[in-house]
Amino acid sequence: MQYSWDWFVFFKPSVTGDGPYGLMLLRGLGWTILLSLLAWILAFGIALAAGVARTLPGRLPRFAAATYVHCFRNVPLLVQLFLWYFVVPELLPVSWGNAIKQMNPTTNQFLTVLVGLTLYTAAKAAEQVRAGIDSLPVSQKQAAMALGLGTAAAYRHVILPQALRIVIPPMTSDFLNVFKNSAVALTIGLMELTGQTRQLSEFSAHPFEAFIAATLVYMLITYGVIVLMRQIELRTRVPGLLGSR
Amino acid sequence: MIPKFTNRLAVAVAGLALAATVGAQPLDGTLKKIKETGSITLGTRIASVPFNYLDDNNKQAGFSWEIAQHVVEQVKKDLKLVKLDVKAIELTPQTRIPLVANQTVDLECSSTTNNLERQNQVSFSNTFFVVGARLLVRKNSGIKHWSDLVGKNVVVSAGTTAERILRQLNEQNKWGINIILAKDINENFLTVETGRAVAAMQDDIILYSNIARAKNPADWQVVGIPQHKEAYACMLRKGDAAFKKVVDGVIAGMMKSGEFEKLYNKYYLKPIAVKGGVTINFPMPPDMEELIKNPNDRPL
Repeated sequence: MQYSWDWFVFFKPSVTGDGPYGLMLLRGLGWTILLSLLAWILAFGIALAAGVARTLPGRLPRFAAATYVHCFRNVPLLVQLFLWYFVVPELLPVSWGNAIKQMNPTTNQFLTVLVGLTLYTAAKAAEQVRAGIDSLPVSQKQAAMALGLGTAAAYRHVILPQALRIVIPPMTSDFLNVFKNSAVALTIGLMELTGQTRQLSEFSAHPFEAFIAATLVYMLITYGVIVLMRQIELRTRVPGLLGSR
Repeated sequence: MIPKFTNRLAVAVAGLALAATVGAQPLDGTLKKIKETGSITLGTRIASVPFNYLDDNNKQAGFSWEIAQHVVEQVKKDLKLVKLDVKAIELTPQTRIPLVANQTVDLECSSTTNNLERQNQVSFSNTFFVVGARLLVRKNSGIKHWSDLVGKNVVVSAGTTAERILRQLNEQNKWGINIILAKDINENFLTVETGRAVAAMQDDIILYSNIARAKNPADWQVVGIPQHKEAYACMLRKGDAAFKKVVDGVIAGMMKSGEFEKLYNKYYLKPIAVKGGVTINFPMPPDMEELIKNPNDRPL
């Protein structure tokens, strides 16, 4: 291989005149973190609602939640994002579509990715919540009911506290995936970490340095998430339940 | 280790001296690899119309692709090979430089700009095309000049020289343009077609090729004086003077023999097998006429 390595490239001024190349990566990192955290918080809320809905006795909420989960879980994220960005505005009434398209482009791209990433992530996480609830013996719910609790109270005080503890490990994976999946933002022009890495590699002609740096940054982020989730798992342990000694 | 190394060095020096005295060029680099393996690896693109693309019959075609075929013929002749296998590897703008630098690909002829940053990693052949960045707008948009873009949304392909120039122009003139980045040339056109941007900035030839493939070519026009000239050239591994000489020779030879102009007419003025047959209709710019008279490998 004939490749001229230059690790100082991150300190060299960018040809676009926007400061050093390293700053490009930092800006990208900022978008990645903002986007992923917001998407995860929103997705967790939706997942909780959809996951619970899939286990409720009523037919309508079960059907609605199942439809949502199947649609969003089974279509590739890239396709979903393309649909949200290019197709949805064309389906809306013309004045709405134009209003969306004439927004500040960065805000528009950010909101589009946020919606796409949130709904996709939530659909997957909803299945974890449902699996957690289903893993509990039916007798738990029956016992709660026998004690006089209504459905809402049974979920609030008996089912969810156990189910959510059970699904912390698989949820950790979903949380990690949000950060990695957020890279699809670059396909509609939001320059998050991967997007800026590509820019850096194009402008500076140092692709290997750029992608190695991005890899390390992603590893740091995901390792941070793992440590955080592990702490949450340890702190929320209840003696006598799964995972405690 | 040291004596061994000295030995090797001595052999190498003796070898060099021998070669010099005999006056024969020992094969090395790409040509050596081609001779030993009996194959050459070309980098290809699927949608860089009309430089290198898959046509309606799903076959590789294009102006640059044919130049690469001429190089293959020349190499076969020079190395006196009976048979030379051509392997094709599909590239994207992101993968082309790493794959040429790490020697997976021997020759990449598509629509790659020769510039100084890239010359750190790879070498470039003689220039075969000269482009300038311009604007694609709807005819009824009222935009005629660069200065009409003030405060508007303009789309540009991410990581291209066009992006670099647009950012500089925007900064210097305080135009307040919102720059939208598109990931490739098709998405670039989609962005202006769906009205997210009033103008698309790209290399002029790509704009003409987008218009030719548009649903309604009559709706579109290219405006604005060309901003920055760029030279498209074939990319090969760095410092391989012998192979570069072959590629340069082929391009200069085609320019001299008139074959280059024939090829130009075939792809830029006559119908090509894309979307059932479209014509790009891009008369040869003066810079290219100059280039044909005076082939060179200078980045612009």
